[in-house]
Amino acid sequence: MGIIKTDKLVFEYIRRDDEGNVEGITRAVDEVDLDVKQGDFVAILGHNGSGKSTLAKHINAILYPTEGTVWVDGMDTSEDKNLWDVRQNAGMVFQNPDNQIIGQVVEEDVGFGPENMGVPTAEIWERVEESLKAVGMYEFRKHSPNKLSGGQKQRVSIAGVIAMHPKCIILDEPTAMLDPNGRKEVIRAVRALNLAEGITVLLITHYMEEIIHADKVFVMDKGKIAMEGAPKEIFSQVERLKELRLDVPQVTLLAHELQKSGMKIPDGILTTDELIDALI
Amino acid sequence: MPLILDHVNYIYGGDTELAVHALNDINLVIPDNQFIGLIGHTGSGKSTLVQHLNGLLKPTSGAIYFNGEDIHDSDFDKKKLRSKVGLVFQYPEHQLFEIDVFSDVCFGPKNLGLSKKETELRAYEALKQVGLEDEFFYQSPFDLSGGQKRRVAIAGVLAMKPDILVLDEPTAGLDPKGRDEILDQIAKLHNEMGITVILVSHSMEDVAKYVERIIVMNKGSVLYDNAPKEVFKHYKELEAVGLAAPQVTYIMQALKERGLPVNTEVTTILEARDEILRVKGVK
Repeated sequence: MGIIKTDKLVFEYIRRDDEGNVEGITRAVDEVDLDVKQGDFVAILGHNGSGKSTLAKHINAILYPTEGTVWVDGMDTSEDKNLWDVRQNAGMVFQNPDNQIIGQVVEEDVGFGPENMGVPTAEIWERVEESLKAVGMYEFRKHSPNKLSGGQKQRVSIAGVIAMHPKCIILDEPTAMLDPNGRKEVIRAVRALNLAEGITVLLITHYMEEIIHADKVFVMDKGKIAMEGAPKEIFSQVERLKELRLDVPQVTLLAHELQKSGMKIPDGILTTDELIDALI
Repeated sequence: MPLILDHVNYIYGGDTELAVHALNDINLVIPDNQFIGLIGHTGSGKSTLVQHLNGLLKPTSGAIYFNGEDIHDSDFDKKKLRSKVGLVFQYPEHQLFEIDVFSDVCFGPKNLGLSKKETELRAYEALKQVGLEDEFFYQSPFDLSGGQKRRVAIAGVLAMKPDILVLDEPTAGLDPKGRDEILDQIAKLHNEMGITVILVSHSMEDVAKYVERIIVMNKGSVLYDNAPKEVFKHYKELEAVGLAAPQVTYIMQALKERGLPVNTEVTTILEARDEILRVKGVK
């Protein structure tokens, strides 16, 4: 069994009108089977409302399955006794950092997680330092989070999760609000955590460029897994992705446009080097 | 009606040791009927600048003139300014609150003191301008998708009939299709109604594709103010301040370095396609 596994996961919620009468039931996640190996970098794509975030919230027991089972590191997330272990092992970073920062000072905020786990004080400070360095926010350790920009706050949020030394991190559109450099730094930090520390990464994003190095990509639509495979397999299906309201990396799109104009270029080009090799 | 910023400075926490010089001698002219991109890394002063445009923040020194009048004069009608310079903040859908879409869009014009008929007419027009279908008008705004909610929020500002529409990262968090839909809609508003649009964006690709002028902010100052092609020529300087050129520009540079004699002043995919086809002699 992988570090994250779901078996026929279903999540339904009841829609009610103003008087509280049941209007209907929405199936946000529909029989999803997922098996993520320890150390993998997995990307989840899907348009707004496709069920990605609902799925992600199951992995650290914010939501419980209506049907089916979710295991994190072998622990069933729906069992109360596993709750804290699940949440420590599967750290979550959300899109909006304002909802995740609670400390008065950056370093306090990052130390909040390990402090709650009962980590000894000296080690908390070590963890705070290494986490802030990993996201390039060490020089802001004495600042108030309120005075940081959105992008800086987001990196502090990520540091707060890393400081808990989770086995996997789930990032739900962590770069949606960042500038190009911030985006690059966050993705670089996440990749480094994945490669150097072997932390399993589950990245939800709308930026196609961020996932060309992923080990596996899942594409969701209407609560189901609509496509799955290596980035190359996924991104070679430009038209299918467009139907699913998604996109491909810019270089893939350029290659696709050249193909349509009659040039002989292989499918699924993901990097500039691959395009150069095809053209020269 | 043009907006002029004359030697605008803004300092946060002026009396403390944590004082930040957020805007540093900003001089800008925002004319009628222009599509402007405002870029800069997080913390560069974009949002502070934007909040000066409709008088939400007051410059520490310097002046802002709307149609020749100083907006911080005591007899200046700020309420009118706020209807003429419409600000759409990040995640504007968080500001929706009414029981249905149509009432929400009516809120702005109603507060301008317009008649019920005029208010409803404007709300209707605004919802049409953002491309929302009639079937959604009497639904709760909270039942809509992310992209739809955002359009309702933009319609709420459009219903005030602004001359200048400022959008702070209007596509953040939207899926790629939703991103294209919103930006196409904004471009259409600019083209058909002659509204000046200021698009605050972190996507160099979007800016390159849509705007005619780019203002680059860095450390509270204007670093560049020029046409996209001119600004993106400085890609090395842009990288130094946390920005970049559109990815396709880098692809073209790499191709040139490897011996394909392409013009590297290309900023969109279609331009790049045509340039490669030209060099390769296809067609």
